[in-house]
Amino acid sequence: MPTTTHEDHHDHKPQGFLNRWVFSTNHKDIGTLYLVFALLMFFIGGSMAMIIRAELFMPGMQLVQPEFFNQMTTVHALVMVFGAVMPAFVGFANWMIPLMIGAPDMALPRMNNWSFWILPFAFSMLVSTLFMDGGAPAGGWTLYPPLVLQTGSSFIFAMFAIHMLGISSIMGAINVIATILNMRAPGMTLLRMPLFVWTWLITAFLLIAVMPVLAGAVTMLITDRFFLTSFFNAAGGGDPVLFQHIFWFFGHPEVYIMILPAFGIISEIIPTFARKPLFGYTSMVYASASIAFLSFIVWAHHMFTVGMPLGGEIYFMLATMMISIPTGVKVFNWISTMWRGSMTFETPMLFALGFVVLFTIGGFSGLMLAIVPADFQYHDTYFVVAHFHYVLVTGSVFALMAGTYYWLPKWTGHMYNERLGKWHFWLSVVFVNLLFFPQHYLGLAGMPRRIPDYSPQFADFNMLSSIGGFAFGLTQFMFVYIVWKCVRGGETATSRVWEGARGLEWTVASPAPFHTFETPPDIDDSMVAHGDHL
Amino acid sequence: MKKENTLLVGLAMVAAVVAVTYAILVAPGFLTDSGLNMTEGVTNSSKAVYDLHMIILWICIVIGVLVFAAMFTSIFLHRKSRGAVAAKFSHSTKAEIIWTTIPIIILIIMAVPSTKTLIELEDNSDPDMIIKITGYQWKWKYDYIDEGISFYSSLKADSNAARLTGSTTDVNSVENYLLDVDNRVVIPVGKKIGFLITADDVIHSWWVPALGWKQDAIPGFINEAWTRVNEPGVYRGQCAELCGKDHGFMPIVLEAKSEADYAAWVADQKRAMAATAAETQRTWSKNELMAKGEAVYAQQCSGCHQAEGQGLAPAFPALAGSKVATSSVAKHIDVVMNGSEGTAMQAYSKTLTNAEIAAALTYTRNAFGNQTGDLIQPATIAKHNNG
Repeated sequence: MPTTTHEDHHDHKPQGFLNRWVFSTNHKDIGTLYLVFALLMFFIGGSMAMIIRAELFMPGMQLVQPEFFNQMTTVHALVMVFGAVMPAFVGFANWMIPLMIGAPDMALPRMNNWSFWILPFAFSMLVSTLFMDGGAPAGGWTLYPPLVLQTGSSFIFAMFAIHMLGISSIMGAINVIATILNMRAPGMTLLRMPLFVWTWLITAFLLIAVMPVLAGAVTMLITDRFFLTSFFNAAGGGDPVLFQHIFWFFGHPEVYIMILPAFGIISEIIPTFARKPLFGYTSMVYASASIAFLSFIVWAHHMFTVGMPLGGEIYFMLATMMISIPTGVKVFNWISTMWRGSMTFETPMLFALGFVVLFTIGGFSGLMLAIVPADFQYHDTYFVVAHFHYVLVTGSVFALMAGTYYWLPKWTGHMYNERLGKWHFWLSVVFVNLLFFPQHYLGLAGMPRRIPDYSPQFADFNMLSSIGGFAFGLTQFMFVYIVWKCVRGGETATSRVWEGARGLEWTVASPAPFHTFETPPDIDDSMVAHGDHL
Repeated sequence: MKKENTLLVGLAMVAAVVAVTYAILVAPGFLTDSGLNMTEGVTNSSKAVYDLHMIILWICIVIGVLVFAAMFTSIFLHRKSRGAVAAKFSHSTKAEIIWTTIPIIILIIMAVPSTKTLIELEDNSDPDMIIKITGYQWKWKYDYIDEGISFYSSLKADSNAARLTGSTTDVNSVENYLLDVDNRVVIPVGKKIGFLITADDVIHSWWVPALGWKQDAIPGFINEAWTRVNEPGVYRGQCAELCGKDHGFMPIVLEAKSEADYAAWVADQKRAMAATAAETQRTWSKNELMAKGEAVYAQQCSGCHQAEGQGLAPAFPALAGSKVATSSVAKHIDVVMNGSEGTAMQAYSKTLTNAEIAAALTYTRNAFGNQTGDLIQPATIAKHNNG
């Protein structure tokens, strides 16, 4: 078997920090850069969430001004969506896709380098707006005009940062598609690819389709502000609701961009620890594709209260409800994968199981939000905040944690501390529910979102939520510690790492050598990932 | 033996998941009327919305209990530490057809009442009277189209003072903190009230939970909505769409009155409007202007320029010793009336009466150490308004 197990000592790593990292064209190093950057952003965005929860700890304004509070909610969302979750998944794609399909590297390594190195500059610019005259954008991450056009001098910097993020994402997506379609090892047919690769292929097409739409919306905001056009200015014959349609035509696929790769990661982990092939591989692929297709035709469910015609409301309600069918198929398949397996519960599996339960709860509240008459009550309340944090934090972020623990031994060559990993999971799962579950009650009881202060009737659950928030935030330092210790040392990992692990990435040594699969591997069924039903 | 085992554990897991669901949903009073669930409201539509919410919630809970019970059964039984040996199966067309079909049927069951309720909610035809609602940063304006009554409604002064960052007032001592206004919107019970909803500056959203809906107020659009409240009472709500700095501080208070009380209220409003018009004509004394100015300042200006006119750097300039408040009167009038382009300073000519603007100007030119001695009369503002 032409694996690269013993190449460690002549792997020709570039010498020096600049050559190794700044000029890197190696998919593993760029993957690491993405992951480290995403973790940093996770803490920056998280610290903003801490300020939000601190101000909301009690009724009354104690700590910040309302304007600054709005800047926090806005920048927290932008940093978490574009800085933490999306780059983290791109990091996983960089590290794992070539390893999973038997390719030596990404198809376009120099572009890979560029798409990463745009990010630190874009985010320096975005975060620097906090220190500008008038502060950072405070109109919400959804950038609705006319409010966003009232932003002070930071407006153009924030808009330019978003343009740069879009360019970076599009380049990353092109690279993923080119790699998957052109660089698979002989025998790695499309329907033998691991599900993580499949979900990323679909995600990459979503990115290419919708990031230009966001760029268009942002460009129109810029010309409205500086060149006196009236795309969104009613007084000039424009239409503020048009922006919402364009934004959500980007924004709804965007939420699937953040969850599809998570589905992929979970679909790798559950079979490994159930020691059983993934149930319904083909239907998983088709379910992912149908979710992606549906994501393009449901956008207006984010705007049921703008005064759409009745026919539009009924259509968007029914189309949105349909998404629960392929999503349900996924959940049923994961549970069937566990059924009559031989399960063990290492940290990646714990996070994966947490994902299945809590993401499903987020799915239920999503289904409730699709019901238009009820949405007239739920819309823009904490019920919505609870919903999207269940799918984004206990969904996407839990999947990212699960994936990190799962592949960390492959990346570092060491096992992480299992006992601490389990503590990290249990503390996270308790506190994240304390943080977000009470927000359902708050929303139903009538607390609007994005308010810095509230009537005392909402005090108890806000305090609980804040306590959960602080504890969840602190718990994440454990994650940094565990990862750092694992990078520095620990029990040596075997190349297979997990007893039930299947797939090409486990045929190379741990840590994965700097160059892998310089000659394509021979693929036999025992090496193919859990989609080996054929 | 094996089958029985699975069934028993499965039942135990159903019981466990039901218990956990009960503990987080029902025990805190979620499904009773303790203010943790959606309100049933006071209209037929709000009750229909509440019923729909409960149907969907219960369907989700039942599905959730079954799915999670299956998962936990598997977690309990099919673990390596119990000696479970992994089966080899990896698909079952029959199972997949079943769990695609059943959700489709459940969705159809959900869609029928949802669509029916939606059609009722959107029936804006034949209202008995019409109120136009306009959202402003950060207050509401109500125009009673048939009666010619028109007024603004903003956060009540005691809440407004207590909510400032650094205020030492205990907010729990303020009655209806953040949910009280200076002028309530009043409607008669039993009548179909049509609302025309729009905004003057940015997007707002008019929401009184007891009515069962919210509707965005969008500049350039006039959205329709309606309600018919059956019982007299006071119902509170808030702006629901982020509209800038004081989004959290523009509540709504709707009062439903019996028809006779409503008629009396209309008469009162008309008298008050006539009195306001008369006030503009007469000449005010300095004390009158200063007293009214202080009240207007606290209500309208202190949120940005702060209680002592010290401002809030960098976005909100100080008034104490400022050029605008101490030199040209005409320039000062212009800034307050028409706003200042590219800043948060709004145009107040439409939202405040001439007397209020005159008083606020007089106050700011003579308070915070700005001893200009200028007196600005409502008539001056009126002239400025027309000229």
